[in-house]
Amino acid sequence: MRRVLVLLNVIASAGIAAAAEAPVLIQNATILTITKGSFKGSILLRDGKIAELGEKVLAPPGALVVDGAGKYVMPGIIDCHSHIMAEAINEGSVSVSAMVGISDVLNPEDIAIYRALAGGVTSANILHGSANSIGGKTLVMKMRWGKDAEQMKFEGALPGIKFALGENPKRAGGAAQGNPAGDANLRYPATRMGVEDVIREAFTDAQAYKARWDRYNAQAAKGEVVIPPARDLKLEPLVEVLEGKRLVHAHCYRQDEILMLLHVADDYGFKIRTLQHVLEGYKVAKEIAAHGAGASTFADWWGYKMEAIDAIPYNAAVLVRKGVLTSLNSDDAELMRHLDKEAAKTMKYGGLTETEALSLITINPAKQLMIDSKVGSLEVGKDADVLLYDGPPLSNFSKVVKVWIDGHQYFDRDQDIEARPAKEIERKSLTKKVAE
Amino acid sequence: MKNVVTSIYCIAFAGILAAPNMAAQDRGVYVLRDARVVRVSGPVIEHGTVVVRDGLIEAVGENITAPADAWPIDCKGLTIYPGLIDALSTWGLTNSPPPAATGGGGRGGGGRGAAVATPAPVTTVTVTPATPARGPEDRPSNTSYVKAADQIFPNDRALETFRNGGFTTAVTFPRGNIFSGQGSVIDMAGQRAGEMVVADSVGQMVTLGSGGRGGGGRGYPGSLMGVIAYIRQIYLDADHYKVAKAIYEKHPQGLPRPAYDRTLEGVLASPRVLIPAGRDVEIERMLAFTKELKVNAILYGGNEAWRAADLLKQSGTPVLLSLKYPAKAPDSDPDVEEPLRVLEMREKAPASAGALSKAGVKFAFYSDGLATTREINAAVRKAIEQGLDAASAVRALTLSPAEIYGVSDRLGSIDKGKIANLVVTEGDLFGAQTKVKYVFVDGGKFEPVAEPPAGRGGGRGQAGAQTGVQGDPVQ
Repeated sequence: MRRVLVLLNVIASAGIAAAAEAPVLIQNATILTITKGSFKGSILLRDGKIAELGEKVLAPPGALVVDGAGKYVMPGIIDCHSHIMAEAINEGSVSVSAMVGISDVLNPEDIAIYRALAGGVTSANILHGSANSIGGKTLVMKMRWGKDAEQMKFEGALPGIKFALGENPKRAGGAAQGNPAGDANLRYPATRMGVEDVIREAFTDAQAYKARWDRYNAQAAKGEVVIPPARDLKLEPLVEVLEGKRLVHAHCYRQDEILMLLHVADDYGFKIRTLQHVLEGYKVAKEIAAHGAGASTFADWWGYKMEAIDAIPYNAAVLVRKGVLTSLNSDDAELMRHLDKEAAKTMKYGGLTETEALSLITINPAKQLMIDSKVGSLEVGKDADVLLYDGPPLSNFSKVVKVWIDGHQYFDRDQDIEARPAKEIERKSLTKKVAE
Repeated sequence: MKNVVTSIYCIAFAGILAAPNMAAQDRGVYVLRDARVVRVSGPVIEHGTVVVRDGLIEAVGENITAPADAWPIDCKGLTIYPGLIDALSTWGLTNSPPPAATGGGGRGGGGRGAAVATPAPVTTVTVTPATPARGPEDRPSNTSYVKAADQIFPNDRALETFRNGGFTTAVTFPRGNIFSGQGSVIDMAGQRAGEMVVADSVGQMVTLGSGGRGGGGRGYPGSLMGVIAYIRQIYLDADHYKVAKAIYEKHPQGLPRPAYDRTLEGVLASPRVLIPAGRDVEIERMLAFTKELKVNAILYGGNEAWRAADLLKQSGTPVLLSLKYPAKAPDSDPDVEEPLRVLEMREKAPASAGALSKAGVKFAFYSDGLATTREINAAVRKAIEQGLDAASAVRALTLSPAEIYGVSDRLGSIDKGKIANLVVTEGDLFGAQTKVKYVFVDGGKFEPVAEPPAGRGGGRGQAGAQTGVQGDPVQ
């Protein structure tokens, strides 16, 4: 956003103006490619892409050489479930809020973006909340701190939509939930049965809507005088789901509601792309795998409500072993900053290998979001979304020291620390002016 | 206010008023001599004359012969400016928004400008408690069909208060809903509402509500996302409505009849749409949104417009800048550390005008509920201190708003043939010590009494002694 900020993004703004980015060569580091093994060597970032990987890579003229001795390089972390940079999360007034979209309320200045970067996150799936059986439209963003909302969108990523099952969508919104209108305006549904009904009814409507347009197009093609149907922004995203052009990310906890949703999707002929939270996924892993749904869960976070009681820290590992495409997500701006450490927990609980653990926050979420041809691993030709750690990424004692997205450096720990005193001085001067 | 006029004045003027029982013609003939004339549309005339006849500017220039029938006013040492325009106002309206189906959002921007208790609208429609809207199809918080021109109260004291400070024109808008209604350009004096109206429908007032993290149950839309999606659906529906009606008119037999929709009628009747955008992020968001909607947009607010000047220039979208700068809430916790960003916005909000001026963005000021012209002038001075040149400041309250609303052919500058809205001051317009000597509205002359020194609250402004009253039967 064209700002010449002295503020929070001195670091980011430093390089924005440069049209042609200098190539970056990281040497002598341990390179964790995730998909093609690990080795000691170099990685070259050029023109926004990973240009070369190898034990010896020659520095091209003008390249910025980073000494990676004792350090680790891995692909940027991908968070499949986040709500940062959104200035509204829920449109809770209706049970189907498919007409709303997170892309309308993005705040590229949300400081959580920068903090997520500091934790190594380079891409995130920004979701609508879970207040409705069918929620709003979602999208994948890159953490290009300092750019405007449009420039942060992940180019070419399929858009999504949020579904939600269980306690949140069936919360009826009466006086007990703080509704000033009182119980007179209870929202349907109030049960899990009702949630299923809302989803079925919405897709029945979407099918009818599509049929109306098909009929109109056929009539118009024949030259008949007809009034076109009115466009319906609530049903259009659901038609896209039916046509496979929009990914469904469904918030769920219990095995019964998970099976219900898979059945509904089968009945209407669409796919659930990811089950989110899915804390009881370990009970129905086979069925999830059979549907082809991914699972995006927490490592060891549960018990915060009744439907999240019957959880185990082995969930992710069990899902992986049963053939479910699995990722770990944050759903939280704080947890987002240490997804690497969350991944490490799956080695303790369930015995995943290092690479399997790291896959949960890199290539697996990339596959779930269908962006794995561009990100999620270190491979020549992929986007240069790269992290430099000062130690093994899964260790509690390691920190992210540099982050590149598209070959551009968006975070540098040393620069950040250096810039802090100047920011403090600015704050003091502004606070003083206000007080005067 | 007209009742303040004494019969003595009326008698004194009877001789120079032509056809006194025809309202449009009894505004008198004046010649304002030897004044510094800030025309705004052209260079300042250091010793100029302005002739006012029948509500219009008959002549302006250096060597103008005074017409024999003109009442002379010696303006030596005084400056004549075009009458000031409040580019987004509630003056002349009451506070009560018309009833509409309730929505979750859209509670922002209640009419804060109307300073006094004016009688409530004549017709109060009692509706049974509205059920929460279930979606855009219920048309929540939508009174797009309401037109400010139909809701004018000529005796609203705010008109008089701000007229005394040099304002002659308000672009006044209904408030209180997401689609609040159509704004009208009104001149700030008149016997009857109708004769005050310069242009009856110049834009649709849109608010975005509180934009909270929408809870359930209070009706759609309950969040900023919901409000934006709702606006998008309304404009799609309006397009469809137009198409459907046109097809039906051609082929009424054999086609289903499109349902009449007053909210879409109101949207289609509005030549522009006013959308709020204060922060940089909001400006970017709303520029993208209004481009997508393909509407003729005006952004209002603009606290951080100084950050977005280039983008605004590129978009060609005009901006209305609030003169009520952001301030820390008086009841806020002094121990809470505020984000640097917020501190900076407060510090630099008055710099927006200068930044837009330098970038070549069309902008105008609006009062945004400030209660006195003293506060308005202080806010303009702050903008000047932070980089706006004085001439551009005058323009932002005269010709620029007239251009933004498409009425610069009749308002906004001192030119032959334009409406005789003038303010005559002793001292520079926005000076702390400046006195407003005369105000002409539609050629009617007012001599303001200064605001009382304690001048808090617009409602207590003194009535201006008025001469040359329009429409008073004096025969």
